[in-house]
Amino acid sequence: MSLERRVATARLLRDRGDALVVTGLGSTTYDAYAAGDSPLSFYLWGAMGGAALVGLGLARAQPNRRVLVLTGDGEMLMGLGGLATIGAAQPRNLAVVVIDNGRYAETGMQRTHTAHGVDLAGVAGACGFGASETVRTPAELEALAERLYGAPGPLFAAIKVAPDPTRIELAPRDGPVLRSRFRAALLGGDGAL
Amino acid sequence: MSDAWQDGVYDALVAAGVRQVAYVPDAGHKRLIERCHGNPALATTVLTTEEEGVALLAGAYLGGDRGVLLAQSSGVGNCINMLSLPVECRIPLLMLVTMRGEWGEFNAWQVAMGQGTRTALEAMGVLVYRVDDADRAAETVRHCAALAFNSGRCVAVLLGQRVIGAKVFRR
Repeated sequence: MSLERRVATARLLRDRGDALVVTGLGSTTYDAYAAGDSPLSFYLWGAMGGAALVGLGLARAQPNRRVLVLTGDGEMLMGLGGLATIGAAQPRNLAVVVIDNGRYAETGMQRTHTAHGVDLAGVAGACGFGASETVRTPAELEALAERLYGAPGPLFAAIKVAPDPTRIELAPRDGPVLRSRFRAALLGGDGAL
Repeated sequence: MSDAWQDGVYDALVAAGVRQVAYVPDAGHKRLIERCHGNPALATTVLTTEEEGVALLAGAYLGGDRGVLLAQSSGVGNCINMLSLPVECRIPLLMLVTMRGEWGEFNAWQVAMGQGTRTALEAMGVLVYRVDDADRAAETVRHCAALAFNSGRCVAVLLGQRVIGAKVFRR
């Protein structure tokens, strides 16, 4: 019985508190929005391969806040070198979680490299993430949720989920609005330049 | 060729309030990179490829930090799609690009991307300024930083090989 991506995402975000969340384009943006909108969620609608690095820059700017990147396996695979950059930088407050369905869901459910055996948690571990694991069961998901916002980073988890299609939930997508609401909630003021 | 102009660039970046520096190394930025690593108030990140820096600096800005990306002209090609993030979100991006593939270049393989650098950046909506005189480097960086951070635009400063010197290949 595989985990379901919306259920897994909602469980992880339930306890987010004041954490800063960045989501990769496509399904993980829809998943995070479906779990509840927040000005401290920055939804990517493009820039494929960049989610983890947006998280790194944010984590270095805000070392006292937990930063959570939620992204898909296809998005992570496009920026695999970013795991090496994060491993070298060693941000203590960054967690990268890949919702791994083994598919490019946006483009017709073609199989990704993880469906052919590539082990993202293994890559992250080899790059120097202190904690790196693959989550397959509800019990493992629960254990991840309990340490996601407290354990020292950089932390990585790949959550294996069923490759079932999910409904598109249209998160806000106006770039300057996403930018300004995030900065206003985090830094005060109107969040503009 | 003297690299003292890089001290002026470093001072301009610090004066502009830059807090994060992301780079793929280039010989033309060598002294600047060393100065950045030597300042504990700067978060300086080495990248595997330049587009990581575009994403990283967007995250830095969301978190309240101004930043700069140091790259070589060959790395500009790696950045193209990632530039859609700061361009679409009106997030400022300051890039300092050392040029290859021009003015005394030995390595023909650098020419295609070097000659295409300005066109590629402008095609993505990046504002491009060029320095061919080392004495103008610091003031150009200072004014391009102001433009980027005051207007939420992506601004690139191209540092020509007349400034950095052509790379010497010895057998």
